Amino acid sequence: MTAARAAAALRQRRPAAASRARTAKQARAAGLNGLGLLIALITLFPIFWMIATAFKPSQEIYSLTPSLVPAHPTLGNFRNVISGQAAGIGSVWLFFRNSLAVTLATVLFASLVSLLASVAVARFKFRFRASFLVMLLVVQMIPGQALIIALFRDFDALGLLDKLLGLIIVYSAQALPVSIWMLRNFVATVPKELEEAAAIDGASAPKIFWRILFPLVAPGLVATSIFAFVTAYNEFIVALTFLGQAHSTYTLPIYVTYFFGRGGAQWGPIMAASTLYTVPVVIFFLFVRRRLAGGLVAGAVKG
Amino acid sequence: MADTISGHAVAQAGRALGPGRAGRKSPLTWTGEFVRRHRLAPYLLLTPALAGIALVLLWPLLQVALYSFQNYGLGQVTGVLPTQWVGLSNFTATFKDPEFWLSLRNTVLFAVVAVPATLIVGTVVGLLLNRLGRKMAFFVSTSAILAWATPPVAGSVLFYWLFNPDGGLVDWTLSKMPHWLVGSTNWAGYNWTTNGALQAYTVIAVLVVWQSFPFIGVAVLAGLKTIPAELYEAARVDGASPWRVFWRITFPLMKPIFLVLFLLSVIWDFNMFTQAYLITGELGNQNEYNLPLYIYDKAFTFPPSYGLGGALALIFAVILLVVTAGYVRTSVRQGALT
Repeated sequence: MTAARAAAALRQRRPAAASRARTAKQARAAGLNGLGLLIALITLFPIFWMIATAFKPSQEIYSLTPSLVPAHPTLGNFRNVISGQAAGIGSVWLFFRNSLAVTLATVLFASLVSLLASVAVARFKFRFRASFLVMLLVVQMIPGQALIIALFRDFDALGLLDKLLGLIIVYSAQALPVSIWMLRNFVATVPKELEEAAAIDGASAPKIFWRILFPLVAPGLVATSIFAFVTAYNEFIVALTFLGQAHSTYTLPIYVTYFFGRGGAQWGPIMAASTLYTVPVVIFFLFVRRRLAGGLVAGAVKG
Repeated sequence: MADTISGHAVAQAGRALGPGRAGRKSPLTWTGEFVRRHRLAPYLLLTPALAGIALVLLWPLLQVALYSFQNYGLGQVTGVLPTQWVGLSNFTATFKDPEFWLSLRNTVLFAVVAVPATLIVGTVVGLLLNRLGRKMAFFVSTSAILAWATPPVAGSVLFYWLFNPDGGLVDWTLSKMPHWLVGSTNWAGYNWTTNGALQAYTVIAVLVVWQSFPFIGVAVLAGLKTIPAELYEAARVDGASPWRVFWRITFPLMKPIFLVLFLLSVIWDFNMFTQAYLITGELGNQNEYNLPLYIYDKAFTFPPSYGLGGALALIFAVILLVVTAGYVRTSVRQGALT
């Protein structure tokens, strides 16, 4: 009947239709690829420009017809930043060391404390569990600007303003809510039976923690440490307020800001400093890219 | 309560081992037993985290709240003048200050533009990553990760340079553009950052979208992977257009994710300090303040006024609390507490 005729008609039309469909599919794929390429190039361009400027001699930087790539690439800007000549407060390595120390200490400290807390939340039922979790969500949203005034007064009283330790304490505490929130999911996925078996074999609680739970949660700790790392390495307002004029304790963002604020349009050295500041975190992100989705995003999307 | 781990299980195991060991009790085992008997383990595990959060996040918040009702300023810090309770005068002074309303307006208008822009660009990239071939998707996501990874300070300084009137690439490009497009020699040496709030926040919006769309894109992509392919199959068989597929299938299913991303973006854009501080030329350019800059200026610019700053911080926290309440509600509804 009609269906049979329609089927026959379809069969007759198929080769032409199929080739048309294939062309349409190819055109669509090309369009998508083109759009992807465009987005990627626009996204990359500012970073490219930062690096290109860092390698240009100053007459090229201020040329009336800027060139895309350095015509006469030079390491002069980097040498300038390393010698500390242009910024006038020391070599970039000093600030790199400060940032590295603050970041590593924060990651270690926040990971350890949040691991303990996430074991409590994931493994035990206790009275204020739900209130604790809601508190984490709320606390995570307290704006830094709201706290900075009191933190400044308190850390001034403690004599910790121009010490890296002050920053480490603040950053670790700031990283805790999100770290606990993320880690508890990883702890929850470790089968309880493993711990029970170890307990029956007579292992002590600390031993169970370090020998069984810790190795199994380690991948989760990597994902959590991304957040603590980014918090500590990028943080601006607390460092700006705490470190004041104590140049030798500047972290990289405060060093770049100081350099930038000095004016005199030293864009070559400033872009060289920015490049050196950006490279480690870019490498870190590319290194953990598989976990970015599971780490930062799961943490934020799930709460 | 049988599913408390180690503490409970270890207690049972200990009992099973018999009296031989319990006979000679060291202080350490005694403490251990006390912890077990009273089920203190979770509280002990929480103590360091609670101490950190309480001392560095909650206590300062309380202090700021107290400052806001005091005349806490230079004289009080140096001890020349006594600290007095001044009731609501810090708040009334704030509400009478036209600069406060200006910075509130800048904050809100910025969020109204930047939040949708970030969400749209991020969603388009997320959808695109889902459709692209493996190599192209890798290239696009790598470039997005680079923008995401760039620290806010480096990004701000970089965009300041791109939009700089002396040698910046943007002004040069605009001045070389054909006339029928926006091109005109007036663009040469155009000052984006100190000419007014509109221009400065245009630069900031481009910068913020550039730095935050990757996060939205990756989150959207993660959400897309959870949608069953059969739904799209069915839509394709029915000949639905991509536009329709997005609004009829993708969007409804991902609504919870979009809601959380929206609320997070609002909170982040309200909180935006670093970029505004650097692009508007550090402090002093009052016309271009947003709330975070305004608070910081009131509190710390000489002579400091921690009372006014505290009142402002409190107002700001309350505004954000409304958004946060929505965020917490959404998270709890999505079963985040399980």
